[in-house]
Amino acid sequence: MRYAIRRLFQSLIVAFGVSVVAFGMLFMTGDPAEVILGESADRMSVSQIQEFRVKMGFDRPWYVQYGSFVGKALQGDFGNSFVRHQPAFEVITDKLPATIQLASAAFVLSLLISIPLGVLSAMNPHKLLDRIATVLAIFGQSIPGFWLGILLILLFGVHLKWLPISGSGTWQHLVMPSIALAAFPIARNMRLTRSSMLDVMQRDFVRTARAKGISETRVVYVHVLRNSLLPIVTAIGLEAGFLLGGSVITETIFGWPGVGREIVSAIGSKDFYVVQAGVIMLALIFSAVNLLIDIAYSWIDPRIRYGS
Amino acid sequence: MTQLDYSPAEKVVPVTEGPTAAPSQVGRPQVSQLLPRLFRSKAALMSLFVIVLVLIAALGATWIAPNDPSVIKLTQRLKPPFYTNSAGVTYLLGTDALGRDVFSRLIYGARVSMVVGLSAVLISGAVGLLVGLLSGYFGGLVDEVFMRICDIQLSFPTILLALTIMAVLGSGLDKLILVLGLTGWVLYGRIVRSQVLAIKNDEFVLAAHATGERQWRILFQHILPNIWSPVIVIASFTVASNIVAEASLSYLGVGVPPSVPSWGTILSDGRQYIGVADWLTISAGIAISLTVLSINVLGDWLRDYLDPRLKNIV
Repeated sequence: MRYAIRRLFQSLIVAFGVSVVAFGMLFMTGDPAEVILGESADRMSVSQIQEFRVKMGFDRPWYVQYGSFVGKALQGDFGNSFVRHQPAFEVITDKLPATIQLASAAFVLSLLISIPLGVLSAMNPHKLLDRIATVLAIFGQSIPGFWLGILLILLFGVHLKWLPISGSGTWQHLVMPSIALAAFPIARNMRLTRSSMLDVMQRDFVRTARAKGISETRVVYVHVLRNSLLPIVTAIGLEAGFLLGGSVITETIFGWPGVGREIVSAIGSKDFYVVQAGVIMLALIFSAVNLLIDIAYSWIDPRIRYGS
Repeated sequence: MTQLDYSPAEKVVPVTEGPTAAPSQVGRPQVSQLLPRLFRSKAALMSLFVIVLVLIAALGATWIAPNDPSVIKLTQRLKPPFYTNSAGVTYLLGTDALGRDVFSRLIYGARVSMVVGLSAVLISGAVGLLVGLLSGYFGGLVDEVFMRICDIQLSFPTILLALTIMAVLGSGLDKLILVLGLTGWVLYGRIVRSQVLAIKNDEFVLAAHATGERQWRILFQHILPNIWSPVIVIASFTVASNIVAEASLSYLGVGVPPSVPSWGTILSDGRQYIGVADWLTISAGIAISLTVLSINVLGDWLRDYLDPRLKNIV
C-alpha cells in the first residue's frame, strides 16, 4: 500500500510536468500569438496582433496564464478548436475510442503472435524455426512501421484490392493498421520471450522439475514460461506508450479517425488548442496505464514492494 | 547476432564476476580483438559493409550523384526506373512528380539521415551521460530531480513530443537534430545512472576516495571509463531510431523542409502517387530499412562483444 501511495505521488508530479510541457509548447518561440497566427501575422498590423494577444489573454503574465490553463484543464476546458468551432477537449474525446480500438487490436495481435513464437524458438534453439523467427524479428524491429503500412496498402489495397486502404468501420479496415502498428512489438516481445525462456531454463528449479520426471510440456509451460513472463510484463507496460505514440503516424497513413491523425491535422491547420488537448490526453492515458501496471506488478512480484 | 544464448542442454558456466564487478578489471574486450572478431561474424560484416556504403554516399553525394537532386524538369514527371530521356540521360530509379532524379535524391538523402542520426546521438549521449553520472554518483536531491524529469519525459511518446515541438518551431535540419537530441537522452541517463550505482562502492572507487582524489577526478577518470560499454551500445541503436524518426517526421511534413532531399521527404513525395509511381516509396523505404537493419545487427554484435550481460538492460 505504501508503494502504491508513493507511486501515485510520482504520477501526480508527472501530471504536473505534462501540464507544464503542454502549456510551455506555445511559448517556445517566445510569442504564442505568432505561433497561432503563423504566416497570416505578416498581413496584420501591429495593433491587430496586439488586439489578438489581448483577446487570447497572452498579454497577462505567464504564471497567471498557466494558472488559468491548469484551472480550466482540470474542468476539461482546453479552449475551443479554431477549425471545428467546438471545444478542443470534445474534438479529442470523440476520437479517443478509435485510437484505443486500434491500439488494443495491435496489442492483442502482438501478444498472440510474439509469445507463442518466442516459446517455440526457445524450445528449439538454433534450429531452423528459431533461425527464421530470429531473422523475422530483426526485420520487424528494423522496418519502420509506417513504411510497412505503406507497403501493405500497396500490396493488399492497390494491387490485390483485398482490403480497404483508408478509413474505418468494418473489421477489414482494422487489419492493415494493426499489423503495421504491431510489427515492432511482435518482434521485440518475441526476442524477449525467447531470451527470457532460455535464461529460466538454466535455473536449478527447472533441472529439479525435469529430474522429478515431470513431462517436458509441463516443465516448459508451467515452470519455465510462468517464470519467464516477468520481464515481458514490464516491456508490455512501456508498449502502451509506443502504441499510442506510434498511432500518430499509422493513423495518418491509414486515414484512421483517431487522436493521432487529429493531432497531425490540427498541427497542419495550426489548431494548437486541439494539439495541446491531444498531447495531454495521450500522455495522461499513458501515465495512468503505467501506474496501473506498476501497482499490479508489485502485487505479482513482492520484491518491488520491499525493494529500493 | 545472438550466438551467446546458452542452449538448455549446455552446461551453465557460472558467472564468477558478480553484476557489480567493474568490467575494467577482468576481461575487458580488447580493441585489437575488435576487427578479427568482427570478421568472424558474417551478419555483422555485411552490416558494416552497408553502413560504410551509406557513409560513402553521404560524404561523397556531390560526386557520386549522377544528377542534381533539386533540378525540376516538368516534362519528365513520374518516369519509371531505367527511364532514358531524349538527351540520353538514364534515370536509374526514375523521377518524382517534379521530374527530379530519385536516385540522386536518395544519395543526398543518406547525408540527411547520417547527419541527423549521428548529431542527435551526440547531443542525447552527452546530456544523458552527464545526467546519469551526476544522478548516480551524488544521489539525493540531484538524483530525485533528474529522475522525475525522466519520468515526465517518458510519459510522452517520443515521436509525439518531437512532432509537437517541431510543429511549433517549424521544420528545419538544425531544429530536428536539437529536438531528437533533447528528447532522446532519457535512456542514456537511466542506464548510466544504474551503472554508476552498481560500481560506485567498488573497491577501486573506494581506494580512489581513500587516496584523497577529487570528486570530479573519481567521476571522470575512474567511473566513466567503466561505463562506456552500455553508452556505446545505446548510441548505436539510437542512431537507427533517429533515422526512422527523421523519416517519420519528414513524412508528416514537420522534419526537414520538403525541398531538402531526405528519405522521409521522398516517401512523403511518393504518398500521393502510390498507385502510379510506387518506385518513390519502395526505393526510399528500402534505403531506410536496410540502413536501420544494418545498424541494429551491428549494434547487437557490438553489445555481445562488449558485454553480453547488457542484453538484460539494453
